Amino acid sequence: MKIHIPTPLRQYAGKKASIDVQADNVGQALSALTATYPDLRRHLYTDEGKLRAFVNVYLNDEDIRYLHKESTPVKENDSLSIVPSIAGGARAYCCCCRMNA
Amino acid sequence: MLRIDQTCYDQLRRHGEETYPHECCGVLLGRVEDEDQRLVTSIARAGNTRTDSPQNRYNIDPRELITIQRQARERGLDIVGFYHSHPDHPARWSSTDLAEAHWLGCSYVITRVEKGQARETNSFLLLGGEEAEKRFQDEPLQAVAQIAETKTPA
Repeated sequence: MKIHIPTPLRQYAGKKASIDVQADNVGQALSALTATYPDLRRHLYTDEGKLRAFVNVYLNDEDIRYLHKESTPVKENDSLSIVPSIAGGARAYCCCCRMNA
Repeated sequence: MLRIDQTCYDQLRRHGEETYPHECCGVLLGRVEDEDQRLVTSIARAGNTRTDSPQNRYNIDPRELITIQRQARERGLDIVGFYHSHPDHPARWSSTDLAEAHWLGCSYVITRVEKGQARETNSFLLLGGEEAEKRFQDEPLQAVAQIAETKTPA
């Protein structure tokens, strides 16, 4: 199966945009990935070994949190996307105006 | 330096005007020429999923991002950053922007929209080797008349 690597993590994955791995489930696929590219591990997992909260993992178009998480079975033609979250906004605190809430 | 195609620049500013008084958001597509030069040749609008507080928060649905990423890949483009608007708020990153930014090495473009009119547009580069040391750095932004979508062979 193919794992798509987001732009910021490619520097830890041999500058590759996607990597092929052999696995039976999502957890195995991610393990295979981090075994080949160990520097990726700290960007994907906490010290306790949990996927970081802002790291979304999608099997094709489905969030694995709503499937069977890392036990979700995968097939050879599936693709796994690692997608750090994208959020923010102009709250009351600001680097230049220093307003309080 | 972030060099952005003038049409894209106009489009992302207009997006902020259209969604005012809510924040708009989207993806900057293009390529990185080298560490100091990043080119935006196309933008992709995204929906703001923060319907609970759209006037001062934004969030892009990862599923929408995957679709954008797939279409960009087919055109040979990469994600080089993201944009959003600050309705009636400065075009500077907020503590929320920094806390929620995780695409290290990417550009975050912010437009101040004052009473429905786009004003300043600034870019900030997210630096740092990992989450604990991430920080925004002001990044010069230049709108350029026309940027070729693919790199011209030497």
